[in-house]
Amino acid sequence: MLEIEIDGKAVQAPDGSTVMEAATLAGIYIPHFCYHKKLSIAASCRMCLVQVEKAPKPLPACATPVTNGMKVWTRSESAVKAQKAVMEFLLINHPLDCPVCDQGGECQLQDIAVGYGGNASRFHEEKRVWVNKNYGPLISSDACRCINCTRCVRFTAEIGGVQEMGQAYRGDHAEIMTFLGRSVDSELSGNVIDLCPVGALTSKPFRYRARSWELTRRRSVSPHDAFGSGLVVQTHRDAVVRVLPLANDELNECWLNDKDRFSYEALASEQRLTLPMMRRDGDNWQTVSWQIALEFIASTLRDVVKEQGGQAVGALASPHATVEEMFLLQKLVRGLGSDNVDFRLRRTDFRADAVRAGAPWLGMKVVDIHDLNDVLVVGSFLRKDAPLLCQKVRHSALRHGLRVHTVGPNAENWLMPMGTRALVGPTEMVDTLAQIAAALAKETGKTLSKSLAERAKGEPSEAALAIARSLAEGEKTAVWLGNLAEQHPRAAELHLWGQEIARLAGAAFGFIGEAANSVGGYLVDALPGAQGLNASEMIVAPRHAYILLGAEPDLDFVDGAATVAALARARLTVALTAFDSPGLRQAADVMLPLAPFTETSGTFVNCLGWAQSFNAVAPPRGEVRPGWKILRVLGNLLELPGFEYADSESVRAEALPADVAAKLNNAIGDVPAAEEIAPRAGSLQRVTDVPIHFADPLVRRAPSLQKTKDAAAPAARMSAATLAQVGVAAGDKVRVTGVGDPVELVAEADEGVAPGCVRIAAAHPTTVALGPFFGELTVERV
Amino acid sequence: MESEESQMSKSEFKPLSQEALRLIDREIAKYPAGKQQSAVMSALRIAQQEKGWLAPETIEEVANYLGMPPVAAWEVATFYNMFDLEPVGRHKITVCTNLPCMLSGSLHVAAYLKEKLGIEFDETTADGQFTLKEGECMGACGDAPVLLHNNHQMCARVSKDEIDRRLAEWRSQ
Amino acid sequence: MSAHALILPKFDGDGGDVWRLENYVARGGYEVLKKIVAEKTPAEAIIAELKASGLRGRGGAGFPTGLKWSFMPRSFPGDKFVVCNSDEGEPGTFKDRDILRYNPHAVIEGMIIGAWVMGCTRGYNYIHGEIFEIYQRFEAALEEARAAGLLGQNILGSDFSFELFAHHGYGAYVCGEETALLESLEGKKGQPRFKPPFPASYGIYGKPTTINNTETFASVPFVLKMGGEAYLALGKPNSGGTKIFSISGHVSRPGNYELELGTPFAELLQMAGGMRAGRKLKAVIPGGSSAPVLPADIIMDCTLDFDAISKAGSMLGSGAVIVMDETTCMVRALERLSYFYHDESCGQCTPCREGSGWLYRIVHRIEHGMGREEDIDLLRSVADNIPGRTICALGDAAAGPVKSFLKHFEDEFIYHIEHKECLVPPARQEDGFLIPDYVSRPC
Repeated sequence: MLEIEIDGKAVQAPDGSTVMEAATLAGIYIPHFCYHKKLSIAASCRMCLVQVEKAPKPLPACATPVTNGMKVWTRSESAVKAQKAVMEFLLINHPLDCPVCDQGGECQLQDIAVGYGGNASRFHEEKRVWVNKNYGPLISSDACRCINCTRCVRFTAEIGGVQEMGQAYRGDHAEIMTFLGRSVDSELSGNVIDLCPVGALTSKPFRYRARSWELTRRRSVSPHDAFGSGLVVQTHRDAVVRVLPLANDELNECWLNDKDRFSYEALASEQRLTLPMMRRDGDNWQTVSWQIALEFIASTLRDVVKEQGGQAVGALASPHATVEEMFLLQKLVRGLGSDNVDFRLRRTDFRADAVRAGAPWLGMKVVDIHDLNDVLVVGSFLRKDAPLLCQKVRHSALRHGLRVHTVGPNAENWLMPMGTRALVGPTEMVDTLAQIAAALAKETGKTLSKSLAERAKGEPSEAALAIARSLAEGEKTAVWLGNLAEQHPRAAELHLWGQEIARLAGAAFGFIGEAANSVGGYLVDALPGAQGLNASEMIVAPRHAYILLGAEPDLDFVDGAATVAALARARLTVALTAFDSPGLRQAADVMLPLAPFTETSGTFVNCLGWAQSFNAVAPPRGEVRPGWKILRVLGNLLELPGFEYADSESVRAEALPADVAAKLNNAIGDVPAAEEIAPRAGSLQRVTDVPIHFADPLVRRAPSLQKTKDAAAPAARMSAATLAQVGVAAGDKVRVTGVGDPVELVAEADEGVAPGCVRIAAAHPTTVALGPFFGELTVERV
Repeated sequence: MESEESQMSKSEFKPLSQEALRLIDREIAKYPAGKQQSAVMSALRIAQQEKGWLAPETIEEVANYLGMPPVAAWEVATFYNMFDLEPVGRHKITVCTNLPCMLSGSLHVAAYLKEKLGIEFDETTADGQFTLKEGECMGACGDAPVLLHNNHQMCARVSKDEIDRRLAEWRSQ
Repeated sequence: MSAHALILPKFDGDGGDVWRLENYVARGGYEVLKKIVAEKTPAEAIIAELKASGLRGRGGAGFPTGLKWSFMPRSFPGDKFVVCNSDEGEPGTFKDRDILRYNPHAVIEGMIIGAWVMGCTRGYNYIHGEIFEIYQRFEAALEEARAAGLLGQNILGSDFSFELFAHHGYGAYVCGEETALLESLEGKKGQPRFKPPFPASYGIYGKPTTINNTETFASVPFVLKMGGEAYLALGKPNSGGTKIFSISGHVSRPGNYELELGTPFAELLQMAGGMRAGRKLKAVIPGGSSAPVLPADIIMDCTLDFDAISKAGSMLGSGAVIVMDETTCMVRALERLSYFYHDESCGQCTPCREGSGWLYRIVHRIEHGMGREEDIDLLRSVADNIPGRTICALGDAAAGPVKSFLKHFEDEFIYHIEHKECLVPPARQEDGFLIPDYVSRPC
């Protein structure tokens, strides 16, 4: 610790601190623009000039290291004179258009100008004019307001992973722009809006919607990926108009990914279901009262149970549903005598259920990623599946030399230095992990577990060997399984081998998790019981009645076509849904307007095992009701015991164990090896990703996000070699045939796809007909 | 004013020649492994020599060749004032007008060139032969007035006769 | 006579092959290096000699060279770099071009010795963009040195290895600032870095780096050859040795003159053939365009050394002497300099980015008859608000001329504002701008 004096106040600051950091610790504010605690130091705006004892001229607080005994004055005559001079320079070319600027009221320039600006301008020359840029559908540009602090430039390079923005030209022509006016395509792009200290970069969807002081701010939790970022949701006249990050250094820091930031637009979608609807005579849908809808459901469910038995009922929840909703759903179907309940709608291998010790989670804290030497990520589209988790990995890879290895059929650019990538087709993933485990055993002098020893066959591939060696060398290591690994037809074996590798390496072991409440679903036992059917079995062996919670049958299941068919055949399919959709109209008989996360209280358990509760930020639209209330009333109507909840807190109290952490456990027991069927000659293996902006019903309806590059229509992506193998050129229209109906897509070259594989995105209307995520496909030119 | 030739080069993009890439490789070899971005100025210079000017496509090609973000190469191309981001004539003449040259006749040199070529600074003759630019200090003030031909050939202590001779020589090239 | 020819060799005509290795060797070149390598002269001894010589950086700041070299961390395990700053673009300065043109091997030898002293494995010479032909010559000289075993692996058969390369700039004055030069060398915009950390601990690619001016490196072999004491004796206390003065503007024979430090200005003027066309001296900028201008009566009493010029209220800087005669309109002269700094500001720090353009626009208005009464105060105030508040000295350099021109020639500015025209009649100014009667050299 160093002892210094700032403005006459004794301050202690850790070694290596800057004057700015020391002042912040002491609660002393030094005006600044370019400085940002999460970005590299630019020291270029010069607003933070302060007087330092013995220094002949004022020094920038942001870049001046503290030395013991240093005396600093932030408001002395010399400091203030320098600060005022800088302020004048910043304002001479600034348009001073505060009345029409969205930043008004939350503008650093405006705020600091109050303290340091003059009353009148001495600048009588013509002001500089810059043309506004088009940064894409999310970021609005008012270039003339820019003060060249370069925070946005540094963000794209340092946090986003690739410099998308730059400061071109020089002198007072220096201008922030992208190359050739391209859009900013990072999935983290919206953060530059928060970083911009002036109104040069503002939110395009929020543009001119409201003034910041008119907004009501409430905390919430991201309903999208498993990372569960903290949100500040802002409303204007009961409508959500903006979402900002809730800063938390152990989670999302001060960042949000674009999905979390802009998905709120879907809340105003025309497809919002605001009244209960029922199918009448074929495809004719009518709005009905809650009473009619619920009584119809209750009586039909009763009939089904009476006639076919409880097991004729199946319940399928979206992993984006809350803890309270999932808990009540499983309680309801169990009350009806059914054990058929599941939330893992995109999973195909459920063998781990019989040998699972607890709820799968990341297996470590986010802050510990910082110190990792190696991480092996198996079967994951990490950058798009969990952008901020990926950012933590990127930070550590860039700053601390973390070696990032992957195994899987995809090797897209994660914008960070990568270790070894074993780019193998889905059918080779189990073997690759086995090879890594065997090589690792050799490297570490440990032995493979008995049951696995005989399964590890053949020589390890070069990549497997390199990964094993690196893991053996790393002191702190981790093994993570991603969504693709969990959706894999041999997911349980990948789990088993991942566990083995982690054991041999002394690594943390865990799952990235698919959705906001993937961990919560396990904790509340929204899972099939011993006699029950899992999500896949409920479709393969159709039920007479289904309750669908927050999921769309065509887009949220591993085989949308089969799911729609099974649900449509049932006597009753009840959908609790925030949106009306063609898929639901095809599959369901009753649609009940479900409150999205902004209109209900609830809890999500993220991949770190944090149970994060939130309250409604806006009143429900129309006749919309929170899910927990709908299920409570249904329970009451069905005269099931234990449905007398006064509020969501009492549901949560019953739903979640007192000690959540104790229930988190990634261990599994032995799973026998399945026979791997080698693909037929001439066919390709499908590789499936769930694109970031198609992943759940809310984001699919967010108009601005749907205009981004990340929301491009699915293509058939193959390596150049694979394209040549099937006689197709990039840009060709191709017919892709799997177990379902053929679909027509455009072929795209992508060296990040394993040889012999074709990557086709799911969760999109154009690819639903294809069938499940894995398996053989043929690709031919149309 | 833009020549037909340069208009054409705007629309038709051809990648850099093998010879240009070889020269760029030679520059890259000057820097430690992994630091090939250090060669970006040289690479852009070599590309500009071959193409006459730096089209955005050329800048991107150089960026990709060096494995750097295109916008970072764009920053470099826009920062250093000898890079031409617009088409220029076959002969770009840059006249230093800074103080020492001004004290030794550069304004007369500029005026004479403008008169002979019928163009102002930052303009190109209709035949696409000559572009006239105003330059900053070239570090040769003792030989003032100085001008630069196509960035690389310095003409020192230029007189009117010298200008006449040079223009004729360049025109005949 | 105080003229010397240490660094700039004597030659006739355009110099011919005077730059070549064989001629440098014939002049005694590389003897110092050979001796150091053969005798394994310890770094401390060389640094001590440099300190004794009083050699100060010739790029403008005048920092003692021996001291700078002693800052390099000796025990640093990785690569260390030595960099030569030949990015000479300050109006009035043109000495490095001649050094590289006529004596490139002196620079190379100086850099190799620097690498020996500081344990550097690699070096770069960053050469100003507009002198491509000089860059090519330096490349040729490097080839000669490599072929002769003076550069590369196992220099002169020893276990000492050092690689040296030329890096070509492409038009940015600010890259003459050493940390901007490093950024540029890394393939980025030339925007200066804030200090600390200094290049000696965090230089190119984050590695310890020492940067010296071309003339400084070229001086090193001569200092070591004649010995520190003898070199010091050539100049004055605190200003040891010889210095190349680049004289330009309204003199009869502009050019580079290598003089002992402390030579009277009047003597330099005389060597340069006196004032052109016998006109009267009005003002001199003694150390490159960033140095404050001095009126005739002050400069005529000055000797050319760091202390005397500083005492007179200016700086010796890089030794670039811009001479202006009575035909010069000081408003117009300042307008051109202000335009230069505005054009060359890197755009990073607010005061320089915004302030340099503001200054230029005000001076431009005054020059063009649109001056306002309050402009003089405004100019002074804006010029006061820039210096000392930016990362590098370009901000100070932009403000310096404004302040000194106003200090000594305020009446001309007032006249411009009041009369919307110049104190010096336009026709008279034209006289001063006339192309001097040089013999055109082939280029």
